Amino acid sequence: MSLLAVDHVGPATSVQDGGRFGAQRYGLTPSGVMDRPALAVANALAGNAPFAAAIEIGPFGARFTVRDGPLRVALAGAAREATAAGRPLPMQTTVLLAAGESLVLGAARDGVFSYLAVEGAVCGEPVFGSLSVNALAGLGSPFPRPLRAGDVLALRDAAPLAQERRLPLAPAPQGPIRIVFGPQHEEFDAAAQELLLASEWRVSALSDRMGYRLDGPAITRAHGHDIVSDGTVTGSVQVPGSGRPIILMPDRGTTGGYPKIATVISADLGRVAQTRPGHAIRFHAVTIEEAQQVARHMATHIASLANLVQTGGAAFDLAALQSANTAGVAVSAVDAATWQSPAGPDDKDQP
Amino acid sequence: MASPLPDPRILPSGDTALTVEFGRTVDTAINARVLAFDRTVAAARLAGVIETVPTYRSLLVHYDPVATGFADLSRKLLALARHPAPSEESTRRWRIPVAYGGAHGIDLDALAERHGITPDEVVRRHTSGDYRVTMLGFTPGYSYLSGLDPSLATPRRNDPRTETPAGTISIGGIQTGIQCIAAPSGWHLIGRTPVRTFHPHREPMFLLEPGDAVTFFAIDAVEFAASDAAAAAGEIVAEQIAP
Repeated sequence: MSLLAVDHVGPATSVQDGGRFGAQRYGLTPSGVMDRPALAVANALAGNAPFAAAIEIGPFGARFTVRDGPLRVALAGAAREATAAGRPLPMQTTVLLAAGESLVLGAARDGVFSYLAVEGAVCGEPVFGSLSVNALAGLGSPFPRPLRAGDVLALRDAAPLAQERRLPLAPAPQGPIRIVFGPQHEEFDAAAQELLLASEWRVSALSDRMGYRLDGPAITRAHGHDIVSDGTVTGSVQVPGSGRPIILMPDRGTTGGYPKIATVISADLGRVAQTRPGHAIRFHAVTIEEAQQVARHMATHIASLANLVQTGGAAFDLAALQSANTAGVAVSAVDAATWQSPAGPDDKDQP
Repeated sequence: MASPLPDPRILPSGDTALTVEFGRTVDTAINARVLAFDRTVAAARLAGVIETVPTYRSLLVHYDPVATGFADLSRKLLALARHPAPSEESTRRWRIPVAYGGAHGIDLDALAERHGITPDEVVRRHTSGDYRVTMLGFTPGYSYLSGLDPSLATPRRNDPRTETPAGTISIGGIQTGIQCIAAPSGWHLIGRTPVRTFHPHREPMFLLEPGDAVTFFAIDAVEFAASDAAAAAGEIVAEQIAP
């Protein structure tokens, strides 16, 4: 058994997997990963199932140290400076860490969440099939809360002689975030629906794993009252009385009483999750059929990741990989410092 | 003979879920249809369906778009709604202890005054009710109940509290709620129950199901403290009444 000790981490860093399904009817939200494709990439490199548990690392830096046996790790998602035992670690490349060696991660340079997968995956006691942390419910394993300094995770030893692996970085998807109108778009007139599509929306600093609040023009409702609560999904675009939309994320309430004008398509949720506070998104409406076509392509792509992994021993051109990683625009730490937890939900139809 | 019930409406909730809407209002008859339909869907074991979330007025169906599509699943669900399989209503009944008033129910006196009755009369009417769990949502184990004495119906507070304690029994509109974990609330807090409708380290993890029948009985603060300790340790404390 190897151990991974948490020397220090910022907020919003926790063990997450594909999510906890089957108890939404009891008010238990799925939680789970914020950026599913990024988790799948990290796990493909580590040789794990696509949505196996990994460490979701929030926008700030972190440092881990290996104890006892060796560990093989890989980092995907939001790009950041990283060193493994003092040597630069490119994104999407595995590295073997021996006992006593440390992994030092800088703050996210773009995006918000990175995924640290370990060969053999994070171990724990699943509840409803998931290790994902849901701090409100006191669920998650090995710790039912975000990680903090001093935590130690028990992991399987790496296969020391295996070759290192990498996945070429794909260009970041561009373009607007795709939505499907509904279920309550009829609560809004055509002008309000058009405003949603025509406006630029800035992610508020009051955003977290429950929801991303958007700043922009107020979307007013044709009917000036809330709806009787119904079920929500990750990606629901709900419009509270303020008219400022909130995109519900994996730690959302399972039901809500604000009308949901639209729903972000599942394939674009990770892109929303990686949008930093203060940065802008736009929406583009697609049909449900198009959205499901995209979802099927995404599922096929994720299933193919394991076959796209390249092995190359020490022959990688690490310098080239590293320069590819740093091509992104640098973002000031002040931006990340605006990341904070919002006040509790203020849903009119909730108790 | 009653006219046939209107078809529910199917509304897309993105590419991985759809909403089967039976109505838009708080109506126990609509809720009964939702819960019956939920049982029908569960029994049908449709390909691709992951889980369902019944609410007062609608059933949210989470599904895998790789295994089925919106049009196909909608067609199957509408067919099920038109020809529901006969299925048993829940016959589970629970008696749930509540410490009313004082520190456990800080809004009891104000609520009584608002309705021109004594706090004891509020407790008498609240413990006389025969309630049904219409849905669970918001936070783990939060149970929304129908069956409140209409004379106790009270609009939501204008200034929601940012935190209310675990176990809170409250009134909001024509509903009463059993809250399991500390959370914000704009409802009126009339008491607390030691019962955990959700306990992450107990079997069963969730106590109440949509459709369950519930009555409340009053306990005092000393009984509350004793039961609360037992409940924290994983005891159920609620009494289940044999059907």
